[in-house]
Amino acid sequence: MSDADSVTTPPSPPPAKPPWHDLARGRVARPGEWLVEKGIFAVSLTAIVMILLIFVFVGREALPILLGQADSAAARVQRILPPEDVDRMTPSELRAALGLSRRKFAARSLEEQKAALKEIYAVRAEADRNGAEAIPDKDSEVNTVGWRYLIRPHQWTGYSRPEFIWQPVSQIQKFNVVPLLVGSLKVTLVAVLFALPLALGAALYVSQFASRRLRAWIKPAIEMLAGIPSVVLGFFALFVLAAALESVFAFQSRLNAFVAGIALGVAIIPVIFALAEEALSAVPRGYLEGALAVGASRWQAAWGVALPAAWPGVFAAVVLGFGRALGETMIVLMASGNAAILSWSLFDSSRTVTATIAAELGEVVFGGHHYRVLFLLGTLVLAVSFVANLVADGVMNRLRRRLASSS
Amino acid sequence: MTPGRLLTLGALVGLLTAVPSLARAGTLNLKGSDTMVILAQRWAVEYAKLRPTTRIQITGGGSGVGFAALQNGTMDLALASRPIRLAEIEGCIRAFGRRPREHRVALDGLAIYVNEANPVEALSLDQLEGIFRGRLNNWAAVGGVDAPIVRFGRESSSGSYEFFKRRVLGGRDFAVRTQSVSGTAAILQVVAREPHGIGYGGVAYGAGTRHLRIRPTPDEPAIEPTEETILDRRYPIWRYLYIYANPAVETGEAGDFLRWVTGPQGQEVVREVGYCPLPPEGSNP
Repeated sequence: MSDADSVTTPPSPPPAKPPWHDLARGRVARPGEWLVEKGIFAVSLTAIVMILLIFVFVGREALPILLGQADSAAARVQRILPPEDVDRMTPSELRAALGLSRRKFAARSLEEQKAALKEIYAVRAEADRNGAEAIPDKDSEVNTVGWRYLIRPHQWTGYSRPEFIWQPVSQIQKFNVVPLLVGSLKVTLVAVLFALPLALGAALYVSQFASRRLRAWIKPAIEMLAGIPSVVLGFFALFVLAAALESVFAFQSRLNAFVAGIALGVAIIPVIFALAEEALSAVPRGYLEGALAVGASRWQAAWGVALPAAWPGVFAAVVLGFGRALGETMIVLMASGNAAILSWSLFDSSRTVTATIAAELGEVVFGGHHYRVLFLLGTLVLAVSFVANLVADGVMNRLRRRLASSS
Repeated sequence: MTPGRLLTLGALVGLLTAVPSLARAGTLNLKGSDTMVILAQRWAVEYAKLRPTTRIQITGGGSGVGFAALQNGTMDLALASRPIRLAEIEGCIRAFGRRPREHRVALDGLAIYVNEANPVEALSLDQLEGIFRGRLNNWAAVGGVDAPIVRFGRESSSGSYEFFKRRVLGGRDFAVRTQSVSGTAAILQVVAREPHGIGYGGVAYGAGTRHLRIRPTPDEPAIEPTEETILDRRYPIWRYLYIYANPAVETGEAGDFLRWVTGPQGQEVVREVGYCPLPPEGSNP
């Protein structure tokens, strides 16, 4: 802000006749302007850098699983050394065994660190003695974070057939992501299918039929939908929508993919509307006037001429809406029932990828397998919504150019 | 400078000066189990009457969050509704060289809720396990109406989830169709709206729901979850609530607070909040 102030007040004393915005000084760039310009450029650059960094950091946490290097079976076998061996350890061996950074290791004396390691082994030995009574499980040798178990069904102990199971807090952690992906897809599809006709209809009306005064009312009203916090929409879905839809459809479970999808649809109506309306408004007047001149009604002109011309824009709107719906968290967390069932029925409870991350990330062990799998899911959502944004943007740009050149 | 800016600046300066004063000695930080947040807040209020100079800050987030903060050293006392895990003990030893000390501070029963309209009055532990494991799917199988059972549970980050899994399901997985809800209050709400629903949570009442009585074995009489039955451990689904502490900080203010919490006044607060005070003989082994 202080930069901007220094630009409007030049360092030298003002001349007797202050020219308007110093225009009289011609095209010589002043240092202040140059600085501000570069500053703004740097700010816009940081947005790109931020996106890259987010990708890098989120992806990095998921990398061991992506590359198949994580092994949950190995982690269960724990090393215990007798106290004499700990006494013989060199400092670097001791530090590796404790898994501490150099700085943290140096914070206490060597003797204290040795005592700490012995204590850790003592705790492990105690746990082993207590754990000896635990139920033996044929799956304890399984690497549950291997790709095979992440995406394909497996008959776990206690299950009657091979199943896709997401049970991340369990004796044997089960991380099958398929039920979550299907859950996300189901909810998102319902949302898009619900929002598309409404948003497209509104866009068609606002761009083709509405009078200028009416448009000035309707457009902001629909855009205001985007301003409703998603937690409020979720609340609405949980208490009002679920009950209303249940009385119509008689669901078996009150909270399900359909309820969450409808609420999510309300949230993405403004997204689809905004883009579709922009595309439809960009259709050159000449197209419509031509249609009207050969005797088409206004409805025929809108449906038969404007809509086909703006078709790529509608496609972009749907893709963007899909991306938004997939990434939305709060509504699905509150209204979808959150049961990780693999079923294509819209009236079953479903657990989405984003709701899973939101509900579970708070309490996972930092750097543990559950944590890494959640980051893997996060990377996936990020990638899909990034691609959706990219596609929508690219299609819209091409459409704008085409319509501009043909008008 | 506009008045608005002045105000913001004033607030900022106030905040900056306030933060160091909050962090000065005489402040206790408690963090962890959401189940225990209200209890801890009441403790803080009562304790403040006794020791006006001690400030107590309480943060929720879940038992695991409390243990994580204990390992980071950002907090004095961890509130937990489940015992500490092996990995968390190891983390503490890495961080401060010693095992954290466990203090049992209250008893808590887990109640099983059904909708008010549900005719089922009691279940055995075995039937409960069958329902939440997915073996029993219809209320008719346990003496109710012919309708599918709709199960509600907590998110896997909750201490109640883990406790229920260990105590009732014997460590095995929940039925896939169990819907997750965040918080006991939310469970009460959904069960109140779902005529065939069943859920679990702290012993609290919500409009439209009812507690089930529980039989420890199929032949024994069904027990209602009350303070009396939890205290003498006839009601089968109960657990301890804990506070874990770094032994090094227990000498000072934190030690005084812990002694007060497990003493008669602290335990009176436990009763007022709706949990069960510790039985006299079993306090702090």
